[in-house]
Amino acid sequence: MPPERPGAVVRLDAVLVPVLAIATALALGGVILWAAGPRFEGSYLGIGFVAEAYLSLLEGAFGSRAAIVDTTLRTVPYVFSGLAVMLAFRGGLFNIGAEGQLTVGALAAAWAGFSLDLPAIIHLPVVLAAGCLAGAVWGGVAGLLKARTGAHEVITTIMLNYIGGQLASYLLNGPLRDRSPLNVIAQTPKIAEGARLPDLLPGLHAGVLLAGIVAMVTWFIVWKTTTGFELRMVGANADAAAYAGVNVVRRMTWALGVSGLLAGLAGAVQVAGVNYRSTLGFNIGYGFDSIAIALLGRNTVSGVVLSSVLFAALRTGATKLQFRTQVSADIISVIQALVLLLVAAEQIVRWLYRLRAADAVTQAPEDGATAAIPPSPAGGEG
Amino acid sequence: MTRGRFLFVLACIGALVAAVETLRSPDVSAAVVAASMLATTLRFATPLTLGALAGMFCERSGVANIAIEGMMLSAAFGAFIVAAMTRSLAAGVVAGMVVGATMALLHAWLSVTLRVDQIVSGTVINIMAAGVTGFLSTEVVRRKAIEGAGLLPAWRVPVLSDLPVVGPIFQQQPIAWATLALVIGAHFVLFRTVWGLRVRAVGELPRAAHAAGISVQQTRYAAVMVGGAIAGIGGAYFTLEAVPVFEPMMTNGRGFIALAALIFGGWTPAGAWVASLLFAAANALHINAQQFGIPVPSQIVGMFPYVLTIVILAGAIGRVTPPAAVGQPYVPD
Amino acid sequence: MSPIESHERTTTPNDLRQSARSAPIPSGTRGTGDPTFLLEARHLTKRYGPVIANRDVSFAVRPGEIVALLGENGAGKSTLMNVLYGMTVPDAGELAIDGKVVRLRSPRDALARGIGMVHQHFMLVPPFTVAENVALGNEPSRRGAIDIATVEARVASLASRFGIDVDPRAIVRDLSVGQQQRVEIVKALDRGARVLILDEPTAVLTPQEAEGLFRVLRGLAADGTAIVFISHKLGEVLSLAHRIVVMRRGAVVGEVLPEDATAESLAAMMVGREVMLRVDKSPSTPTEDRIVVRDLRVAGDHGGVAVDGVSFAVRAGEIVGIAGVQGNGQTELVEAISGLRPTAGGTLSLVGVEAHGLDVRARSMAGLAHVPEDRQRHGLVLPFSVADNLVLNRYHLPPLAQRGVRQARAIVAVARDLVARFDIRTPSPEVPVQALSGGNKQKVIIARELSHGLRALVAAQPTRGVDVGSIEFIHRSLVDARDAGAAVLVVSAELDELLSIADRILVMYRGRIVGEVPGSEATREGIGLFMAGGGGATQGSPPAGFAREDDVHYVN
Repeated sequence: MPPERPGAVVRLDAVLVPVLAIATALALGGVILWAAGPRFEGSYLGIGFVAEAYLSLLEGAFGSRAAIVDTTLRTVPYVFSGLAVMLAFRGGLFNIGAEGQLTVGALAAAWAGFSLDLPAIIHLPVVLAAGCLAGAVWGGVAGLLKARTGAHEVITTIMLNYIGGQLASYLLNGPLRDRSPLNVIAQTPKIAEGARLPDLLPGLHAGVLLAGIVAMVTWFIVWKTTTGFELRMVGANADAAAYAGVNVVRRMTWALGVSGLLAGLAGAVQVAGVNYRSTLGFNIGYGFDSIAIALLGRNTVSGVVLSSVLFAALRTGATKLQFRTQVSADIISVIQALVLLLVAAEQIVRWLYRLRAADAVTQAPEDGATAAIPPSPAGGEG
Repeated sequence: MTRGRFLFVLACIGALVAAVETLRSPDVSAAVVAASMLATTLRFATPLTLGALAGMFCERSGVANIAIEGMMLSAAFGAFIVAAMTRSLAAGVVAGMVVGATMALLHAWLSVTLRVDQIVSGTVINIMAAGVTGFLSTEVVRRKAIEGAGLLPAWRVPVLSDLPVVGPIFQQQPIAWATLALVIGAHFVLFRTVWGLRVRAVGELPRAAHAAGISVQQTRYAAVMVGGAIAGIGGAYFTLEAVPVFEPMMTNGRGFIALAALIFGGWTPAGAWVASLLFAAANALHINAQQFGIPVPSQIVGMFPYVLTIVILAGAIGRVTPPAAVGQPYVPD
Repeated sequence: MSPIESHERTTTPNDLRQSARSAPIPSGTRGTGDPTFLLEARHLTKRYGPVIANRDVSFAVRPGEIVALLGENGAGKSTLMNVLYGMTVPDAGELAIDGKVVRLRSPRDALARGIGMVHQHFMLVPPFTVAENVALGNEPSRRGAIDIATVEARVASLASRFGIDVDPRAIVRDLSVGQQQRVEIVKALDRGARVLILDEPTAVLTPQEAEGLFRVLRGLAADGTAIVFISHKLGEVLSLAHRIVVMRRGAVVGEVLPEDATAESLAAMMVGREVMLRVDKSPSTPTEDRIVVRDLRVAGDHGGVAVDGVSFAVRAGEIVGIAGVQGNGQTELVEAISGLRPTAGGTLSLVGVEAHGLDVRARSMAGLAHVPEDRQRHGLVLPFSVADNLVLNRYHLPPLAQRGVRQARAIVAVARDLVARFDIRTPSPEVPVQALSGGNKQKVIIARELSHGLRALVAAQPTRGVDVGSIEFIHRSLVDARDAGAAVLVVSAELDELLSIADRILVMYRGRIVGEVPGSEATREGIGLFMAGGGGATQGSPPAGFAREDDVHYVN
């Protein structure tokens, strides 16, 4: 079990492994790009093609003011949902349900945005709160079931994703559908002007600011408060937490509830800042991306923020890459999967780059002592 | 599967039938409803059963498997592309099994050898399968305009398949038939053979198996890969038996439902099969609701299997006991 | 020279230090290729990181011989056993069977060469039948299916041949611990074991069950089986073994014949110095009731009643011990008192307050401290720092936290104070507690539990798996807590521990208190009879033959 607050040597390592994982994944992605390109026919045996692809990716993500704004806009929901998964992880819980929580958050936010008639000053907070609340309920149900009955949160959050999907399909085709004659797809009407996030800069809504604040608050709660201490205690050893007097049921429910709240906020911010409505299917992929972001960010707040920027940049730049090279933008999903693989199994990276294992603590087994099974989010099922 | 759970399934099916009977529009005859429900249920149950059997071998050996979805998706693609290239459907099925087993090998390597958290490993495989098949389907299938090799033809049992209402039971495609054989075969392998005993021992108390001279790692690799191959057949179902094309994300969560069926069925082949039938029936109703003129929104019906899974996991219908060592990497002393 | 002729070693501390350095093993067991040895270990060394678990260990066993391997916790016995059984590969040294050098890479190799093992933690798959467990790894099959009938017949015939009572079709989960141990022995014999290694086999047995086991082992030895018997209990080693090999800190420090040894001499060899065999304490002067249990009932993990109508009181200023074979409801009783497990009936009052409805925290704040049975699982959060672990149950109180915000400076100040007062060996309070040794980990728990507002203390198996030095420290701490006016309840499976520190001993059997004995009058035999359920339910009156035992008790 790695220590929670590693020393300086291990901390360098904590940065090095993800960076090497990203570099390796990009290199492997390059091989795939090369194979998809003109190969030996191209300039410099096809390597020029790969370079051009990555340059266009970079340009698409950061090459212009519009590109930077676009990347930033994509970063915002990732930060929220990445923090959501991270917070649950710290409590020893694996929230695969960010996608469902985001969906219901967006639905609730959109509903509050178009159906309520409120003064502008409170309408926006109400919209965001509605999204938070819906997400918190969606996550909290899984947390409560886990804590009370032991129902594994991995399965229940996946099931809640599908229930959320069916619910969205029903509401967006039915009660919440935009009835205007011009509308042909499953979506809500646009939310009121007063319910929208104001722009900080042209095209860049204030959700960016909110993401920064939420990230800092999350960091403070997890690392500086007694609540966060209880969360981490439950995550590292739930039995010891119960023994120390922590109400484990309440803390687990809280953990997945707040996790869902953050994911719901991601959905609400997309509604209030970008789309101004909830559309069926806009959220596909967020769930898995946010798990990847939390893992790549090693379940630290700064790591989640940096990983969110990376994932947003890859997704934003992919369009340009596809336009320039005619290689499918789905190459990004392959690169992301490779990054995740290499981060999850960091032994591969260590072996590739001959890094020493972070053996902060080596211990001989004690005769007669019961070996502790490290608590993992993958504990027994049922 | 316990008797109580089995009675619960019967009650569910009864309730389902009763609900359809009261809600269906009078224009649709009972025979049409029954025949169409039977046919759709059997069709939908096939990938669920295969996925559940895949998960069963894996989890019985002590390796949690949330990667059934990813294994089936990549196998669906592998089966499609190989069948299209070779113009042989049989080769496609074999390719599906090979791809499924290969993804399982990755899962085993990550979770057994490298001792990566098994849920993380499963997530990695799911994401990888989605990314790679999505990329290849646009880069290879669409760009090269690859045509599918068609669908496996149904095998009919003479006479019986011509019966009204129950006829569809006796005219199914090969993978559906194979699924029934696999349920029986898996039961025999797991509970009657030496290998099955060892797999279960490794999944319950790996140090006991190790002390008895059994290699925990080898047994887990084998079980996970056998599971992967079965998931591969399940994947082939999508592109060789259901529709003759490959679509990105076409497994659409069936792997996760299969996992739920596995849990519902108490990690036994027969239980998993019965649970798969129940989930498939709910899905069939979801699909057919409109055709039957049922005035309940189909999405509400569609939530049923997922809600049911949560209810079962919460222990409302008796506790389910997973193999004791699921999720724990084995570290010899 | 035969090892049988080897002489008793002198056991003064000075001498022992010398012998540890030069490791003088009786030449008999050093001899290479002596064909009379069935199993021989030569110069085995095994390291785990910086720790040397086995250092140049040599010993041997003949057919029909019972060799005891004696050593305290952490002496390297289990590592040696794992090497003999092929579960661990040694870094240096070799094994010989019938005088021929062999390499054991896995238990499979060991089994193939006739080495069988009965582990301390049984290697039985609970949902399998006895026959399936015996068959595992060596399964006969016919046309692809396991031929379980053959195994059942084999088990039955072995059982009748050696007088072992076991039903081949029973599900292991349903068997008692003693029965499961017999299944382990049958399993080894079925594999054709010529050498049977038993790791701490009596740890989970009543004295009477242990006697039954010894009869079986003597019978096996008479039949030609070589037996290696690992233990840290002096009495049973002296009564059972033909030869005793003593280990300390990973090395063999001596070899004696039981007729040449006494409990004191063996204890001194094991520990390397004179050992205080009893805790020095004054008679207790109990005052008011602090823990009062009336007709308490508690459910077990799998339904059923674990604690079935238990009543007793622990007063301030006394240590009450609860004896009993593990699994007779002690764990559930302790969890119910500390608030971790709900009660199903009866009353419980702590420090004069009705405890029903109070959660773990409320009880802790009222002055109840709890030293848990499994310190890695309940007592510590291993990746957390020593400081965080020292305040694990008080982190929310000022000055450690103000309005929900933790105060790092105050936490470290408290931690530094406790580290100094309890002599916890750690580089700093900020290192993760998992970096500490077992004894120091236990000190972290003791420091945390005994350092504040202590009025009642429940300690479950407080010395399990710790070295002698820590045992003495922990016993001293418990007595000090008593003398400071706390009510102390100690639950232990080690009879000798209770005999040495408890002022009164209650015996628990199948969820009930079946006997109560004042500490000064207690004996192993008397309590043992209660532990097996044979003492009747007569509280306070010892059964016949309840005489003061003149044997010396080695602590733990």
